Amino acid sequence: MASRNTAKRRKKEQSEYFFDYSLLFIVLFLLGFGLVMIYSASSYEAFQDFGDEAYYLKKQLIAIIIGLVLMIFVANIPYHFWERFALLGYVVSMALVPLVKTPLGVESHGARRWIRIPGIGLNLQPAEVAKLCMILFLATMVCKMGKSVRTMKGFIFMILLPLPVVLEVYLITKNLSSAIIILGISVLMVFVASPDYKKFIVMGLLGIAAVAVLLFFIISSGGEGGFRSERIVAWLDPESAAQGKGFQTLQALYAIGSGGIWGKGLGQSMQKLSFLPEAQNDMIFSIICEELGLFGAIAIILMFIMLLWRMMVIANNATDLFGAMLVVGVMGHIAIQAILNIAVVTNTIPNTGISLPFISYGGSSVMFLLIEIGLVLSVAKRIQLKEL
Amino acid sequence: MLTDNNKIFHRKKILTTFFACAGILVFLFGRLVYLCVWRSEHYSQMAVDLHERERSIKAARGRILDRNGVVLADNKTVCTVSVIHNQIEDPEAVTEMLCRELELSEDYVSKRVEKYSSMERIKSNVEKTTGDRIREYDMPGVKVDEDYKRYYPYGELASKVLGFTGGDNQGIIGLEVVYEEYLEGEPGTILTVTDAKGIEVEAAGERRIEPVSGQDLCISMDRNIQSYATQLAVQACATKQADSVSILVMNPKNGEIYAMVNVPEFDLNHPYELPEGTDENLTAEEKQNVLNGIWRNGCINDTYEPGSTFKIITAAAGLEEGVITPESRFSCPGFIVVDDRKIRCHKIAGHGSQSFTECMQNSCNPALISVGLRLGIDNYYRYFEQFGLKKKTGIDLPGEAATIMHKKENMGNVELATVAFGQSFQITPVQLLTTVSSIINGGNRITPHFGVKTLDADGKAVQTFSYPVESGIVSEQTSATMREILEKVVSEGSGRNGAVEGFRVGGKTATSQTLPRGSGRYISSFIGFAPADDPQVIAIAVVNNPQGVYYGGQVAAPIIRQLFENILPYLEIMEYN
Repeated sequence: MASRNTAKRRKKEQSEYFFDYSLLFIVLFLLGFGLVMIYSASSYEAFQDFGDEAYYLKKQLIAIIIGLVLMIFVANIPYHFWERFALLGYVVSMALVPLVKTPLGVESHGARRWIRIPGIGLNLQPAEVAKLCMILFLATMVCKMGKSVRTMKGFIFMILLPLPVVLEVYLITKNLSSAIIILGISVLMVFVASPDYKKFIVMGLLGIAAVAVLLFFIISSGGEGGFRSERIVAWLDPESAAQGKGFQTLQALYAIGSGGIWGKGLGQSMQKLSFLPEAQNDMIFSIICEELGLFGAIAIILMFIMLLWRMMVIANNATDLFGAMLVVGVMGHIAIQAILNIAVVTNTIPNTGISLPFISYGGSSVMFLLIEIGLVLSVAKRIQLKEL
Repeated sequence: MLTDNNKIFHRKKILTTFFACAGILVFLFGRLVYLCVWRSEHYSQMAVDLHERERSIKAARGRILDRNGVVLADNKTVCTVSVIHNQIEDPEAVTEMLCRELELSEDYVSKRVEKYSSMERIKSNVEKTTGDRIREYDMPGVKVDEDYKRYYPYGELASKVLGFTGGDNQGIIGLEVVYEEYLEGEPGTILTVTDAKGIEVEAAGERRIEPVSGQDLCISMDRNIQSYATQLAVQACATKQADSVSILVMNPKNGEIYAMVNVPEFDLNHPYELPEGTDENLTAEEKQNVLNGIWRNGCINDTYEPGSTFKIITAAAGLEEGVITPESRFSCPGFIVVDDRKIRCHKIAGHGSQSFTECMQNSCNPALISVGLRLGIDNYYRYFEQFGLKKKTGIDLPGEAATIMHKKENMGNVELATVAFGQSFQITPVQLLTTVSSIINGGNRITPHFGVKTLDADGKAVQTFSYPVESGIVSEQTSATMREILEKVVSEGSGRNGAVEGFRVGGKTATSQTLPRGSGRYISSFIGFAPADDPQVIAIAVVNNPQGVYYGGQVAAPIIRQLFENILPYLEIMEYN
């Protein structure tokens, strides 16, 4: 009897705190699936360019391993530990972005968005650091401000806080997509922190109106307004802009269309044979569609919805507001990136370079995403099962 | 604690956020369904068009067969060597190898090897052995495709009639041009899947659209007759040191040509080779001119003054109009005065008094001039047109030359007199032969031709050609009279050398001086037909600029005699008619 009681108690002790295996499983699944797809999408070009079919696969695998180690590390540290670094993180990310203009900066794909970390030889995208730091900083600020967030003044203050970083990313690295993501994460966090709906509905309507006006001007001017407006024209009719800005989009549509419902089968993509630029990167979703068809695509979209659902559960049950806000930030980050990526690939919005979380090739992106997952797991760990 | 009641709005907002994101993802999924299901066909087709590269496969060209089924133009397998820029790994080695194997200049090859294109042809019609050798090097980027090349088993035989084909197997001259649409067939296509750089994806295999072979063409030529006529022409050309010798053998009843010889012929398998002794430093244009000269078919491309053979036409017109009968008497003092001109007979002493038949036997110029003058310009011109001499014959060979004749309003009696015995105008040998045929065959102007029918791969006739026949050129009576007169010309007159023992042969000789007069250049010719009472075969021999004796009766008539000696028994056996 006694031994049974002890066993029961031990079991209870063991599972007193929550560890979200579902979340971990979804993340690991996406990573594994991503590796398979990166190999499939990149092996042909990798062999031609580097003589090694697994060139991109190996690099991504290393980044994932480092990322997983960092994730476990972060998951085991109580998340309040990071609160004290919030301001420092904000300042550091502000400082890192201009570094791309220094000799430390690395140019790739015609844009200067990376810096080389001396000694390690690893390229780091300051925008990724900025996303993580912004989540941490805003979560801290929401807790610090307490109820004053609910006032108009607090609201405006919260909205203004991320703007310097957003502008920096946009103006210095010419990276509109990262700027949009950082802004999106911030707005989402403020939205959750504030009980009001009206302000956000007005903001949303204003945003839609602004986009509509912008579109109207670009269309009526016939797309002569340079780089960005060419993309808009290409978005509206990729087939007639096939030789210019519409090229990549059209190639992605070819891939999706030729995949059909069932797909051509794993490894059977034609578009990855140098037709589709960035096949293993921003455009990997179209290769998934081509090889695995509509069913491969729905599987991935469902995985993302489940991932968001797990994070929602964790956020809703977090032991304090800081934890909840952290999880909301990470959730916003992953949701915005996944939505924008799929929207770009399906030509739902104009083309802009956004990678698909956990799946696209890109070392610093996947490492920072895993650190964020580490934070979420750390928040989840503090949840007592009885609270659930 | 987030679970506190006063913080419940956070939960609501997080829930709102989640559903908003999930909603957008579901919307995107809907968009994917649209792309993958409704737009799938559109985009797949566009993608396939993008991925596939075309390579054409030559169709086997139809063969050319003689009337007995002997193959005169055939196909043999050859190779086309091309390079694919993106696949070349070692451009220098490729260039060097191709220069050596194909015997091309390095400049030519390297320009093509370095050209950035999906596929660049280096050389076509490469011998199969060379193609196999190149394939054995197994150099990436070098492609050897097999296709067909025209091959002429008899080399020079009927070269100017058959013609030859170019690099794309298209006809360049002769029957190969005229019957192109039947012979060419439809080229097929090899569709290969390639990556964006044009490199073939081997696993994807290839799609083939098979070529359709061209139809075989049956022509009326008889290889044996053609071959024997060629021998005779070569012989005559050599012994008389002539510039050229043409022989045409035809069925006068339906216009089927048995043989058309133009010596010197050229080798159809190497049509671009210049004869030995040609200046090697010719410009491309000069070279082309020389080649065009070599390829010229004298029987139809060149006109000449027919001379005395044309007296057949004058005689027929006179008989038809009733201004003469075979018994009409003519007196020849050795010349005739027309207006203010004195035109001599070839016999300066004159032929004296003679019947019209005898006039033809003697080929007397003044007598025939008299016939012409009796007819008058209007009548003579009318008969000239009625016989079809102003029109082309319509032979199925390219580049037939038109008749060069005085305009009616410019014709005076002097012109009429010269035309009457075959001078001062020009026609082609085939025109003369066709007109004489219609006069002796009962008055039917036939269309000389080679093409008889086309056959499919199983030897079944696909298309049988028919040719226009214009009847009533002369009356049956005139035709019969002409046959008798011309038989006499051979049996008793100037055409004696054309007589063949055991056969009734009719004919007429001619010796015409070429322009300018007094140059000492002559054209000797003879038209013969047999049997004289019911002509089954008619032939003309034209010897251009013979040295030494140049009379048609001595130079050209023996050629036709030898020809008839051999082919008349042969034609009887073959029962062509």
